[in-house]
Parts: sequence; structure tokens; C-alpha cells
Amino acid sequence: MIGRKLANRLRLIVSYIVLVILAVCALYPALWVVLASFRPGKSLYSKTLIPESFTLEHYRELFTSNTFMFTHWYMNTLKIALFSMIFGVLLTLLTSYAVSRFRFRARKTALSTILVLGMFPGFMSMIAIFLLLKELNLLDTHMALIIVYACGAPLGGTLIAKGFFDTIPRSLDEAARIDGASNFMIFRKIILPLSRPMLTYMALTQFVGPWVDFIFARLILRTKDNWTLAVGLWDIVNTSQNSNFTLFAAASVFIAIPIIILFIFLQRLLVDGLTSGASKG
Amino acid sequence: MDRHRTRATILSILSLGLGQIYNRQYIKGAIFLLVEVLGIAYFINYLSFAFWGITTLGDTPTGFVKFKSASGIMVSKLVQGDHSIIIMIQSLITLLFLTLFIIAYIMNIKDANRIGSLRDAGHKPNNFKQSVRYILDYKFAQVFLVLPAIGILFFTIMPIIFMIMLAFTNYSAPDHIPPAKLVNWVGFETFTNLVSLGTWSHTFYGVLTWTIIWAVLSTVTTYFGGMLVALLVSQQGIKFKGMWRTLLIIPYAIPQLISLLVMKNLFNGQFGPINQYFGYFGLGGLPWLTDPFWAKVTVIVVNMWVGIPVSMLLIMGVLTTIPKDMYEAAEVDGATGFQKFKIVTLPMILFTTAPTLITQFAGNINNFNAIYLLTAGNPVNGDYQYAGSTDLLVTWLYKLTLDQNKNNMASAVGIIIFVIVASFSIYNYRRTRSFKEEDMIQ
Repeated sequence: MIGRKLANRLRLIVSYIVLVILAVCALYPALWVVLASFRPGKSLYSKTLIPESFTLEHYRELFTSNTFMFTHWYMNTLKIALFSMIFGVLLTLLTSYAVSRFRFRARKTALSTILVLGMFPGFMSMIAIFLLLKELNLLDTHMALIIVYACGAPLGGTLIAKGFFDTIPRSLDEAARIDGASNFMIFRKIILPLSRPMLTYMALTQFVGPWVDFIFARLILRTKDNWTLAVGLWDIVNTSQNSNFTLFAAASVFIAIPIIILFIFLQRLLVDGLTSGASKG
Repeated sequence: MDRHRTRATILSILSLGLGQIYNRQYIKGAIFLLVEVLGIAYFINYLSFAFWGITTLGDTPTGFVKFKSASGIMVSKLVQGDHSIIIMIQSLITLLFLTLFIIAYIMNIKDANRIGSLRDAGHKPNNFKQSVRYILDYKFAQVFLVLPAIGILFFTIMPIIFMIMLAFTNYSAPDHIPPAKLVNWVGFETFTNLVSLGTWSHTFYGVLTWTIIWAVLSTVTTYFGGMLVALLVSQQGIKFKGMWRTLLIIPYAIPQLISLLVMKNLFNGQFGPINQYFGYFGLGGLPWLTDPFWAKVTVIVVNMWVGIPVSMLLIMGVLTTIPKDMYEAAEVDGATGFQKFKIVTLPMILFTTAPTLITQFAGNINNFNAIYLLTAGNPVNGDYQYAGSTDLLVTWLYKLTLDQNKNNMASAVGIIIFVIVASFSIYNYRRTRSFKEEDMIQ
């Protein structure tokens, strides 16, 4: 009996040690960047993890610098992310509601098509989209990004959202239909209120996408005035790898904060969103 | 007896809308007629150009043309020729519109035919309000899907067709870049070059091998890493489970763009802190991102950091759904902790997360960010055509298009990636229960 207790204790101690090591590994990069953003000077190299003195200079630089138009880019990104979130979620809802609730010819084909198209490497089609946008005179506009992000949204989100809609009992629809509700009313009054977790999940992923996409944004947005945060951030790292590291750190902190806050608040919903795809596998 | 049906059908074949007007559905007929007028106005200007464009891809190269000036001297002047790629995309767009128009035409004939036979049977045709009502009640799904479908058609399907077409042309630097030069159709030449021509095939097989190794290793490490962490946290007797979970989830909450760029700096060989700490222990620093072997190790380790939290969350979710009595039954039978894991936990986890595992595998084949932001595919490999040692097929494709203008090669690579990934996904999706038994729910 004593032997078993001892073994149990040992197991817990080892587990805690491993957990602490893992937690340090998980937190270290984040901590390092936050501390670096308060460090005087510009270089990547620092003798100690915790700087000898703290400064807010880099944050000030973010908002005053002429070459790094941080506030401008922040507003650009916010605008693009919000609009593409709204339209993207709307399009995804339309698609997934239609394929979940109605049985029509070519439905299975539509589902498989969505799945396959979603697997296509996105930037393979970039050149074509680039040329198309050129034809439409939309190059270097935010509208172009919003259209492309929103139109791409159903490919990524439909299957997950459909899986969720499938779990809403169809007897609810039928009851409403007997009461004389039209398809639109059923959608608005029954399906939408019940799918709040799914809506949040979709909105979050749609919002974060434009926030961090630099590949496509870099191709479309040519003038520095129109850039998004991701393009700007990538530009600092690529043009001045070590010489301007602390500024990069400060910018990273600012970009990551809203998203981290969203994630922490919506943790529960995210887990549900992630697992809803899996549990019905 | 089928007088109305025949007449309406013939009229609708003659022109959009006529059949409907004959059936006394005037508004519907007028809408169809309008579509026809717009369509004809558009196609008169563009259709012959589209057919010419798609077959020839332009025939006048940019160049100097000699002509006699007013004063009678021969002068040469630069004349802009055809821009093959722009011609190709314009033709493609016109042909897409043509397809939509043909679909409208067929719908029109079918509709006239159906209403005509209804009239033959003695029914009165719906008026416009009734038609709208009918569509909203019985064709609701199709109406709902129109908007997303148009978006997908122009911003996903059209570009994909375009890229597939590119793979069969010689659109590549240095000899075939418009507007200076023309692009031509070459059939399967690009594919043959890719798999059999010296340096190209060497690069292709090299990059393909590493892509598969990467996809397997990164999926396995994050999945089993996540499983271990999940088991560790949800062990009996561990306190503050919520706190551990939140701490370990942090890497997932940081946007990948940022965490990967930060990692790139952390692992910097000269100034990065990791090598600095190695120095404290008297160890020499490692060339994390600059040596072909260590760069591969680094990308996998960093990917574990990014990917383990997701798997952990997923598997923790599964763990809570395993019924307790299964463990109790195992205990009664005298199973040890490890046996319980092997017999109960592992199969349950594998069973429920298998589809996700395959999705992750397919996603890793296309994991552009993890490679491009961290190493940009470098260190450069001298034996390869425009590829580095850590380049995946996708990042190689990106370099081929945007840096090297080898667009036809890039398209061929893209098609190959697509075939690999799509076959995994389709297989995966078709065998899931949510696809097979979807009407069984409720």
C-alpha cells in the first residue's frame, strides 16, 4: 500500500515538473517579445532576458514614425477584417444552410465540390485573381481584398457550419412550417438564434484571416498607404532583420493583443467549434 | 393534345422568353427577353474574340513595324502586340458568361415546356407573384446558393481553370513573357519536363520527398505530442487543470504570422537568444536556420510548438466523452494504468479524431506559412532549380511564380499538389459518418 502511494506521488511530481517545463516553453517566445519591446536600443541581441531598463520609446515610435504608418495600417486592417467577416459569414451561412436543410439534385456534388475546391493551394490562383482584379480596375484597393476574402469564405467554413446545422433538430423547422412560417422566417427566427456558437466561431476565423494574411495582401496592395498590418510587419522583418528588431517586437505585441483577447474570451466556443467537426467523424 | 407544350417549346427555342409570353407569363417572359438582349449585346462584341483568343493566344508579337511616313521615308515604330495572358483571361471570362447564358437558355426551354404541358392538362399558369412564391417555397436552396456560387465561380473556379490552362502553355521566363513575347500552347511538354528533364526532375523529386517527410513528421509529432500533453493535464490528481490548459493554449492564440516571425528571430544563428543560452552552458551555437539538416529540425520543432495546443484541445475534448464505466470495467478486470490507456483511451481517441488527423496531414502538405515565414525555404540548395532545402512543393511553387516567372512549371506543380491533397480529402470525407449517414441524424 505504501509503495503504491509513493509511486503515485512520484508520478504526480514528475507530471508537475513536465508541465512546468512545457508551460515555460509555451510562454517563453511571447514573454521574450513583450520584454524586447520595452528594451532600449534597436538590436536583436540582448545580454539578459529582462532588460536593464524599460522604455516606451518603441511604442511611441509606432504611432509617430513616418515610414511605419502603424495607425493607418491598423485602421486599414480593421476595416478589411470587419467587412470581409460580415460578408464572409453571410455567404457561408447561406451555403451551409442550403446544403444542410434542403435536399436537391446535385447536392452531394455541390458538397464534394466545396471540399475539393477548398483544398486547392490558394496562391496558385493568385495570378488569375490578380489579372481579373486588374480587368475590373480593383488593384490596390481594399474592396478587392474584401471581395476575395469573402468569396473564399464558404469554401473553408461550409462543411463545419453544415455539420453544426445538421445537429439542430429538423422537427423545429417542421413545427414552424406548420404554423405557416416561410423558409426565410425559419432561417431568421429559428436557425440563426440557435447557431450562435457556430456564428461566433465563424466570425472569429473570418476576422483573424485578413488580420494575418500577408501573401495575398502584399500582391494586391501596392502603395504603402493601403497596406495592412501583416504586410507592414513582414516588411520590417525582411528589410531590417536585426537593425530594427525592437520596433518589430512592439508592433507584434500590438497586433497580437486583440486576437489573444478574443481567443481567451471565446475559448469555450472555439473548443466546441473544433470538436464539432471531429466528434461526428 | 400537347398543342401548348409543342408551341411553347418551339417558341422558347427560337428566343428566350417567347415561350413564357405565349404561356401568358408576361413578366417572366420579359425578364428572359431582357437576359437575351443583354447577352446578345455582350456576345456580339466579345464572342468571336474569345474563340480566337483561346485558340491562338494572340498572334501579333510586339515589335517594330516599318511603314512609309508622309514624307515618303521608311520609318520603324514600336507597335504593341497581343498580350497573350490578358487575352487568355478575357476569353476565359467571356466563355464563362457564355456557359451561364446557355444554362439560362436551357432553363428557359425547360420552363416553357413544363408550363405548356400544364396548360395542356387544363391548369392555369402561375402569375408572376405565384411563381416567386413557388420558387421561394420549393427552390429555396438553389436561390440561396446563387450568390455564393457566383462568388466561387469567378474567384475560385475561374482562377483554377486559368492555372490549369497555364500548365499547358510555355508561359515562363525568359523567352515567353508578355507583352514583349507571345505565349503558345505546348500540350504536355511542361509535365514531361518536370518529371524527366535533368535538374527539374531532380528538384521535383527532392522537394516532393521532403514534402512527404515533413507532412508525416509534422502531423505525427503534433498529434502525439498533443495527446501526451492532454493526458498529462487530465491525469487524476493534477490540480488547477484550467490554469494549465490556458497556459498551454497560448501558442494557439498568438497569430501564426507573428509567432513564426518571432521564432525566426529566436533561432537566429548569430544574435538569437537560443544560441546565446547554449553559450552559457559552454556549448557552441547551432546553425538553426542556415544548415540544411538543422533547418529541417527547426521547422519541425517550431511546428510542434504551434500545432500541439490545437491537438491538445481536441483530444482533451475527446477524453471527456469517454464513459467512466469503461475504465471501471477495465479496473475490475485488473488492468494496469498503461493497459487501460492501450485498451480504452487510445482506441477511443484514434477513432474519433481520425478524420481530423487526415485533414491535418493534408493541411501540412500545403503548410505554406510554417515554412515560408520561418526559413523562406532556405538554405539555398545548389543542386535545385530555384528551391532551397526546406522548400515544400507549395513554397517552391510560390517562388517559381512570383520570383522566377516560371508560371507554367508552377502550374504543373500546383496541379500535382492538388491531386495529392484532394484525393486524401475526398477519401477522408466520403468515409466519415457525417457524409454517409447524414440523414440518420434526428
